[in-house]
Amino acid sequence: MKLSSKDLLGIKELEKDEITLILDTASGFKDVLKRDIKKVPALRGKTAVNLFFEPSTRTRTSFELAEKRLSLDVLNLAATTSSVAKGESLIDTSLNVQALGADFMVVRHSSSGAPHLLSRNVTASIINAGDGINEHPTQALLDAFTIQERMGTIEGLKIAIVGDIVHSRVAKSNIYLLKKFGAEVRLIGPPTLVPEEILSLGVKRYHDMELGLDTVDVVMMLRIQKERQTGGYFPSTLEYFRFWGLTSERFASAKKNAIVMHPGPMNRGIEIASEIADGSQSVILDQVTNGIAVRMAVMFLLAGIRE
Amino acid sequence: MLNILIKNGHIVDPSEGLDGTGHIIIENGKIKEIALDSGGKKEKSRPIKTTPSGRKALRVFEAHGLFVIPGLIDMHTHLREPGYEYKETIKTGTMAAVSGGFTNICAMPNTNPVNDNSSVTDFIIRKAIQEGACTVYPVGSITKNQNGEELAEMGIMFSEGCIAFSDDGKPVMNSLIMRRALEYSKTYDVPIISHCEDSNLTEGGVMNEGLLSFTMGMGGIPSEAEETMVARDIALAGLTKGKLHIAHVSTAGSVRLIRQAKESGIPVTAETCPHYFTITEEAVQTYNTNAKVNPPLRARKDLEALQEGLKDGTIDVIATDHAPHHRDEKRMEFDRAPSGISGLDTALSLSLKLVQEGTITFSQLIEKMAQNPARILGLKKGKLKVGHTADVVILDVHKEYTIRSEQFLSKGRNTPFDGWNVKGKPVATISKGKLYEW
Repeated sequence: MKLSSKDLLGIKELEKDEITLILDTASGFKDVLKRDIKKVPALRGKTAVNLFFEPSTRTRTSFELAEKRLSLDVLNLAATTSSVAKGESLIDTSLNVQALGADFMVVRHSSSGAPHLLSRNVTASIINAGDGINEHPTQALLDAFTIQERMGTIEGLKIAIVGDIVHSRVAKSNIYLLKKFGAEVRLIGPPTLVPEEILSLGVKRYHDMELGLDTVDVVMMLRIQKERQTGGYFPSTLEYFRFWGLTSERFASAKKNAIVMHPGPMNRGIEIASEIADGSQSVILDQVTNGIAVRMAVMFLLAGIRE
Repeated sequence: MLNILIKNGHIVDPSEGLDGTGHIIIENGKIKEIALDSGGKKEKSRPIKTTPSGRKALRVFEAHGLFVIPGLIDMHTHLREPGYEYKETIKTGTMAAVSGGFTNICAMPNTNPVNDNSSVTDFIIRKAIQEGACTVYPVGSITKNQNGEELAEMGIMFSEGCIAFSDDGKPVMNSLIMRRALEYSKTYDVPIISHCEDSNLTEGGVMNEGLLSFTMGMGGIPSEAEETMVARDIALAGLTKGKLHIAHVSTAGSVRLIRQAKESGIPVTAETCPHYFTITEEAVQTYNTNAKVNPPLRARKDLEALQEGLKDGTIDVIATDHAPHHRDEKRMEFDRAPSGISGLDTALSLSLKLVQEGTITFSQLIEKMAQNPARILGLKKGKLKVGHTADVVILDVHKEYTIRSEQFLSKGRNTPFDGWNVKGKPVATISKGKLYEW
């Protein structure tokens, strides 16, 4: 079994068995990460370039560690320090990076579809590390890995995703993945952030937090961008927390053993209360650890395609 | 100027009641004679001389098996000159027009500088006389610098040759300014061409709003962003009785609003473009920037409503909204690439598809691409009539070919129709007294 494409552009583009392959491979790498020496020579001599056109700490460092643990040579290019600031086009930048000998380009970009544009123009493997409001596939993969680790399976689980669905690439990748694996997906938030057309993806929509969280197995919280307030999506963060913030009282509607997830960075007191974020059912830090194993698996499998 | 005899062609001009085989003689850039072999109307019955009056040579064009129709009029062209000559020039744009069967085109004012004063109008007209393969009618801006705040000098621009006014590319958001424009322009009896878009509702949008924009992660532009402004402008046209022409109609709701307005006697006309009645939002699915256009490509129901509107006369005109861009500008992230489709080279072939599919008749096509634009703009054009300027297209409706953007005469190769197999193409165009053969 192999992946079918040289690139990881989104969960939309992956088959269910490809996702299973990635998750199984990630399990092996997670074992490596538990060892004293956390490095394997799998991709020694190959080069990964992390092309980040949008600020990111967590995803970039996670990729960088994953790359280093696969013995890749790593180069970090941030848009502010590169020639992009001088007006170079995205295609030109990527062609230059390829000419430097990159085998992988890990791309974070504020424009949806930017990795797709690159995939058509370069032969290196493109890994989407978040494009605009389209997808963030490795986040969904690490979330799936974390759910499987805790709950044993995804199929049949009731999973609530709460917050700014329309602008969240994390939510979108998760919706596609969880639907492929047969979960019941519930989207919770104000109508401005959870538009009606989403229903045709086979998900359920709730504007009431208690109803939406009723007997769920997993609660995925999303980061609320404060600038959405000026866009008129909700009147204030105070009001947002009042109706859609995850508090202990609301979390009580979920199943007893339910887990809480968050892709970070968290806004404590805006979308999530501290007692939940730090509580025993929070797997937020497991997500961070699992991110490295999942990203190692993705790169390892994509390298297999290019050979 | 060449004198031309077009022989044995099937002459069609519904406005003149012409539909039959015959010949046309062109002398000094004017139609001298039109005669049908049998039945149909004869403009002048004179034996055909192989050497017409004067010493000029006569070029005989054998048009057997071909249609001879009036030169087309495009109400909506972006020629980009002055200011964006790297995208298109008056020279290349008019060549593309002529190759696509257009002999008269209206140049939208969003150049740099904006055509908001008579010196820019004058520049465009002079340049077009010198270098243009067809006639160019400038459209002046409604407001200074297209800012939507203060009326531009419409009267002076009208005297200089502007035949309509539009802030195309941008809406006139201020309803009072739009009202004043519709009122003031009545002095000159010229249409106000409205780009209907509520720019608050379209903010951040780059494609049609719906499930596809959600799953592609793109900001959406709802149909209602267009329809609310169509409704507003119709209301203002009712109030002022000014001549309102709605540009590039893209939605089913707009078609309904315009139909209702016409039924209640409000002076409104409307155009749509080949891309809106030929393809849908699915064309952008691969983040294809060549299908990025404003208003955006819509859904199947909109396409069907536009076809219905063309059929029942709600939509008067097929215009190109020819919007050429440089290749590098389109080889970009989707949300950063400019909107627009290069349309002059393909508009007639794509419109002929509607005739082939039985949506509209061939006569309707000629009305929507020649006669109606002339009527709306108040031009003595768009007809095959003795004494009129010889704007003539000789058309092979059976010719099958593949659209190849690299063969466009426009500098703009930005088309979502590259590689499409289509049927029907001009084989010759007579414009400004010259015969162009393809």
